[in-house]
Amino acid sequence: MEINLEAQFQDKIDQEIKIEPRDWMPEKYRKTLLRQISQHAHSEIVGMLPEGNWITRAPNLRRKVALLAKVQDEAGHGLYLYSAAETLGMSRDEMLNELHTGKAKYSSIFNYPTLTWADIGAIGWLVDGAAIMNQVPLCRTSYGPYARAMVRVCKEESFHQRQGYEIMLTLAKGTPEQKAMAQDALNRWWWPSIMMFGPNDENSPNSAMSMKWKIKRFSNDELRQKFVDVSVPQTEILGLTIPDKDLKWNESRGHYDFGEIDWTEFNQVVAGNGPCNRQRLKTRVDAWEEGTWVRDAALAHAEKRAAKNKKTEAA
Amino acid sequence: MSNKEWPLWEVFIRSKQGLNHKHVGSLHASDAEMAIENARDVYTRRMEGVSIWVVESKNLHASEPTEQASMFDPANDKVYRHPTFYVLPEELNHM
Repeated sequence: MEINLEAQFQDKIDQEIKIEPRDWMPEKYRKTLLRQISQHAHSEIVGMLPEGNWITRAPNLRRKVALLAKVQDEAGHGLYLYSAAETLGMSRDEMLNELHTGKAKYSSIFNYPTLTWADIGAIGWLVDGAAIMNQVPLCRTSYGPYARAMVRVCKEESFHQRQGYEIMLTLAKGTPEQKAMAQDALNRWWWPSIMMFGPNDENSPNSAMSMKWKIKRFSNDELRQKFVDVSVPQTEILGLTIPDKDLKWNESRGHYDFGEIDWTEFNQVVAGNGPCNRQRLKTRVDAWEEGTWVRDAALAHAEKRAAKNKKTEAA
Repeated sequence: MSNKEWPLWEVFIRSKQGLNHKHVGSLHASDAEMAIENARDVYTRRMEGVSIWVVESKNLHASEPTEQASMFDPANDKVYRHPTFYVLPEELNHM
């Protein structure tokens, strides 16, 4: 019986029929999605922190409203994704608890510090650029609620990368100091950005199953290559240099070759030893704890009002 | 006989796997089960749906039409939420 259901499930996937919350699905499919979507949601929420660091210090009002709008979007994206994950049977509070206790991960990129204003440009351009590269194919992922959330996210995110690139462009065409600041940000964010696509395919054991179930449509290395290929001309327009001495056009492959990623650093950051892991997690836990009274007060107010309405109705 | 009116239900139909449930209309029914069956008979006679949601109308809370202008005006002056607000060079192709 079980085998039969699995075969039917795979058949639907192969025919590009979306899976919806009340459909039968293999337990492993549900778990994989729950892990991926909740981590994605956590990344949106933690991702607000590095950029939030610069809202009060944005160089002018135009930059400030743009950055505020971007960070606000990220909060919304976290919400869409938590809601999609909730359809798989885990409550919001359980997910947050997993984040706060360190059981659930979020994208490692957010464990790097934002040292200068140029970092805000580099994040919008590269980090959001890499995220978009990942997210566009997710609009066609096999699980309906996730796919629909991603459609909304991608639509809203299109301005994020442009605002980042505009910051980089302004700095790169500015004074020598400003240009140096842009180059420094690129130097620090380039490698972490291309690590965002995850381990190389041969070291990504769950990928094959995710591809079979069409949760993923492209492998980590395919997406990383695409990202490098589009980033090179974008960097040339800026007049900056990607910090990779092995980066060069490979005519026969029709792609750029690039250097080996420092996986030791990647694994260290994933394991919790990046520059900001502890600070990021502490900020989230503090926000949760300091918000307790607000959550309690809103509920108490609602209960009191409901009781009062009941009394009025009875009277 | 009580002549009590059946409650009103709002009906949402998913036309195809992968798409949102969309509001299609409402109907009266004595309970949720009947509402779903009636919704099937009224709203999916020509295979318009693969899934039905019904919600008792009294459980739907809506924004106030008379307050529409003030309700949505926060978005009116925020052009910077749109990609076209950012000025980028032509040769960038699309970003």
